[in-house]
Amino acid sequence: MARSLTTGFSAFALSAALAMTSFGAHAAESLTVVSWGGAYGAAQKNHMIDPFQKDTGVKVLFEDYSGGVAEMKAQVESGNIQWDVVDLEVIDLERACSEGLLETIPHDILPAGADGTPAADDFIPEALASECAVGNIVWSVVFAYNEKTIGGTKASSIGDFFDTQKIPGKRAMRKRPQVNMEWALLADGVAPAEVYEVLATAEGQARAFAKLDTLKNDIVWFDSWSQAPQLLNDGGAVLVQSANGRFYDAIRQEGKPFVIVWDGHVYDLDAWAVLKGSPKKDLAFKFIAYVTESKPLAGMSDVAYGPTRKSSAPMMDPAAAPHLPTAHLDKGIQAGSDFWADYGESLGEKFNEWLLK
Amino acid sequence: MIPAHFGIWHRLGARLLQVSSWLVLLFLILPILVIVPLSFNIEPFFSFTEGMLRLQPEAYSLRWYQAIFDDPKWILAIQNSFFIGFFATLIATVLGTCAAVGLARDDMPLRRLITALLLSPMIVPLIITAAGMFFFYSELGLAGSYLGVILAHAALGTPFVIITVTATLTGFDYSLARAAVNLGATPLRVFFDIIMPLIRPGVISGALFAFITSFDEVVVILFMAGPQQRTIPRQMFSGLREQINPSILAIATLLILVSIALLITIELLRRRAARLRGSEADVPPAATS
Amino acid sequence: MSTLTTSEASQAAGARRKKRLNAFIFVVPLLLFILLTFVAPIGSMLWRSVHHPIVAELIPLTLAELQHWDGQQIPDQKTLTLFASELHGLAKRRLSGKLAEEINRSYAGMSSAVKSSARKIGRLKPEQLPSQGAETLLKAHRNWSKPELWYAIQRAGQVYTYDYYLTALDLELHPDQGIQVREDTQIYLQLYGKTLNMALVITLLCALLGYPLAYYLANLPENRANLLLVLVLLPFWTSLLVRTTAWIALLQTNGVINSFLLSAGLIGRPFEMLYTSFATVVAMTHILLPFMILPLYSVMRGIDASYLRAAMSLGAKPIPAFVRIYFPMTLPGLSAGALLVFIISVGYYITPALVGGTDGQMISNIIAFHMQRSSNWELAAALGSLLLALILLLYWLYDRYVGASNIKLG
Repeated sequence: MARSLTTGFSAFALSAALAMTSFGAHAAESLTVVSWGGAYGAAQKNHMIDPFQKDTGVKVLFEDYSGGVAEMKAQVESGNIQWDVVDLEVIDLERACSEGLLETIPHDILPAGADGTPAADDFIPEALASECAVGNIVWSVVFAYNEKTIGGTKASSIGDFFDTQKIPGKRAMRKRPQVNMEWALLADGVAPAEVYEVLATAEGQARAFAKLDTLKNDIVWFDSWSQAPQLLNDGGAVLVQSANGRFYDAIRQEGKPFVIVWDGHVYDLDAWAVLKGSPKKDLAFKFIAYVTESKPLAGMSDVAYGPTRKSSAPMMDPAAAPHLPTAHLDKGIQAGSDFWADYGESLGEKFNEWLLK
Repeated sequence: MIPAHFGIWHRLGARLLQVSSWLVLLFLILPILVIVPLSFNIEPFFSFTEGMLRLQPEAYSLRWYQAIFDDPKWILAIQNSFFIGFFATLIATVLGTCAAVGLARDDMPLRRLITALLLSPMIVPLIITAAGMFFFYSELGLAGSYLGVILAHAALGTPFVIITVTATLTGFDYSLARAAVNLGATPLRVFFDIIMPLIRPGVISGALFAFITSFDEVVVILFMAGPQQRTIPRQMFSGLREQINPSILAIATLLILVSIALLITIELLRRRAARLRGSEADVPPAATS
Repeated sequence: MSTLTTSEASQAAGARRKKRLNAFIFVVPLLLFILLTFVAPIGSMLWRSVHHPIVAELIPLTLAELQHWDGQQIPDQKTLTLFASELHGLAKRRLSGKLAEEINRSYAGMSSAVKSSARKIGRLKPEQLPSQGAETLLKAHRNWSKPELWYAIQRAGQVYTYDYYLTALDLELHPDQGIQVREDTQIYLQLYGKTLNMALVITLLCALLGYPLAYYLANLPENRANLLLVLVLLPFWTSLLVRTTAWIALLQTNGVINSFLLSAGLIGRPFEMLYTSFATVVAMTHILLPFMILPLYSVMRGIDASYLRAAMSLGAKPIPAFVRIYFPMTLPGLSAGALLVFIISVGYYITPALVGGTDGQMISNIIAFHMQRSSNWELAAALGSLLLALILLLYWLYDRYVGASNIKLG
């Protein structure tokens, strides 16, 4: 009996040891890339991750996160680096960069565009503005409604988002101060050009919270953009905030009767960055250079996100053109990356206190 | 059971007890059973469609099961869960059994204090354990490694091994072991030939407990593990937080099968332990093995 | 009969020592293992809640200079210049964000001021610092002229501190009046209260649902009881995540319960059940109920039902007979189950995080928040240490009245 038990255990241990070595083997050439999942993640997988894996033989662990700098901070400060490359909103980028959470990326690693234009001229200037990252897409935070659930009066402006008299029902917003504070001020009548100026003052912040207060009981909070189309689909909320690409994908791929409202949209860039202290820094740079070439960037038009290289334009899906944020710039404002670098933390705290009130 | 002379009120009371007990039993079991049919939903929802209620075959599909086995993340998570669970169980079982044998001896010093200390991983809230391990293991460079996660899970599993093995050792007569030593047996032989057969059911059910502890653990993983060490519960957690998708129901159904298998194993072990100790009657059922 | 000689006595003592050592040796490997993998991490958390050297490392010169400060006025030109030049260095090394975060903890709302000031000072050339540093600083934000801020910086610079415990208890240290209740927001005590309250509700619900069921099962014939016990044990053995998933599927806005009620015409519009404290309580009661039923059952099974019958045949009314005779005999099982359920639910994290929304959060969730979202690890450690103290108190009670070694498993 004792013997059979021992044999059993050693057989187990042996097979487990074999499993261990095979685990070790594929850990050698792998890169952890973190992005936003959902439709956007799928587009990145198609046009960036899969081709990169195929061409280089590197195994990419493609993970999702839902934004913010906290997870990166925890990794850098504990010295326990798990992520190599991250797709950041520029809203978070300046903050992460100024807090020393990211590596500096030499821009000379970027190849020329497909038409031969040198990278420095090919990229739009905003894409290379930060020394910590390379811009990837131009996208926008918008809200949308569902033709099936909206009822008689349709929403057309950012004011309607805050007007529960005109359009009764729940609003869904991402649980963070960014964009929500801007929207509150826009809906309260602040001129688009002055939003960040007002928001930098204590009175302006109070004004934004007061506006949000009027909506507080009607808000459904979510943590990740991926949840947004679902909320709009199943009637969890009548007006739902999300990235324009999420709605576009639901409309185009699944034929959902969603209508995007562009008024007051906050457009922003997403950028690839490398976590400070990543043991695979060089491979990470190589990845970024590869996926910001003209062709992979053009692929992002699958989800109506504009490319950051001019040379990508001819390769894009022409059907997406009217749905890109760049086609609606006059109705929106650009997200303030410097503002959120300075105020992200203190407004984040005030926002959480406000939530608990 | 109810004597006839107790009258109508007693019978009514007994009936009430029976009905309420069954309601509680339904409350316990129904939520789990509901998952099973929902996992075959062809639509990407968490609720029954009309077609499902009318039992139309086209309303059902295996697409979410297919989705799991097509997704390298789920495959990695499944491999990781078994891999980490196996080694954590191995460590927990060896160390825990050994300690239980020591703790069961009458001449064990400071027994109460040591028992309380060794059982504490079961009592301390996981969030505290996880936070502490994040700080400590990060400094050692063990966070985000298989070794770190395995050690953490082994620590969480040991209390269960101690408890189950101790239960099989109560009433064990150490003079048997002493007699064997006097007859010239080596301590190792005493352990394997005399103690082991007796405690084997306890060891195995302790190992199962340690395994399920690791297999089901997600808080320590959330704080300490990297993407490489993602396990099934971790994958479910992020799925439930971010994109609710019926493939979670499919994996949940598979996990229910795992728990049924474990339950049956434990029950068989209990019967075996009872036989070894002579009579079935004085051993409480599975609840208190 | 002979008396024991000293050598015989010492021999006996030696033999006893040897036996004790023999028993102890079996325990040593696990003891060391637990100390290293479990106790040491928790110790490192306790340590972190009082040891905090970061600010002292970031601005050592300013802190040294502040020791001579009177605490009444703005610090002198020399201190301000020194601080400006240290801030300049931090901005260049991209560490000013870290300092901003630290100062913000002791003086709420300062992080944006520190960051924008660092940005402005960072633009100066090193040689301009001695002449313009102090001035630029004071112009960058009006709070730099407030003594309270410098007091806060001084406190943040302490390497050993109990400030995080004050924060965790909603207290603050005022420069003149000493320790006071925090003025602005009281979060944590309220949250501890809410957590205890929810744990109590869950424990009561478990007792209320579990007691009759355990009684019913305990009075069934053994074979049948064993069969029905499977319905208790299956949930017990089922993954926590599976059970939480089940409740999400049931309680969602368009989930099983709402669509059933809607199609039955019982309600006009779906209930909001998921992401509320109601969802947390229901799901946790479901998850913890077996922990109540199993110890109750095993105690009740051991009680001879003929006691009750005897009392009643002697003329006792059923209800008094039950209350005075049967119930006291089940108390050990009830207290074991209740304490276990209470201890587990006080520290629960996963289920509230997934089904609780903002309303159903417990103390564990705020600890996780400070670990993962706000990166205030010291505060997380202080909150965790308080929770740990609470749990250890309950564990001590449990050990005293039930006995830790009597914990039974399914």
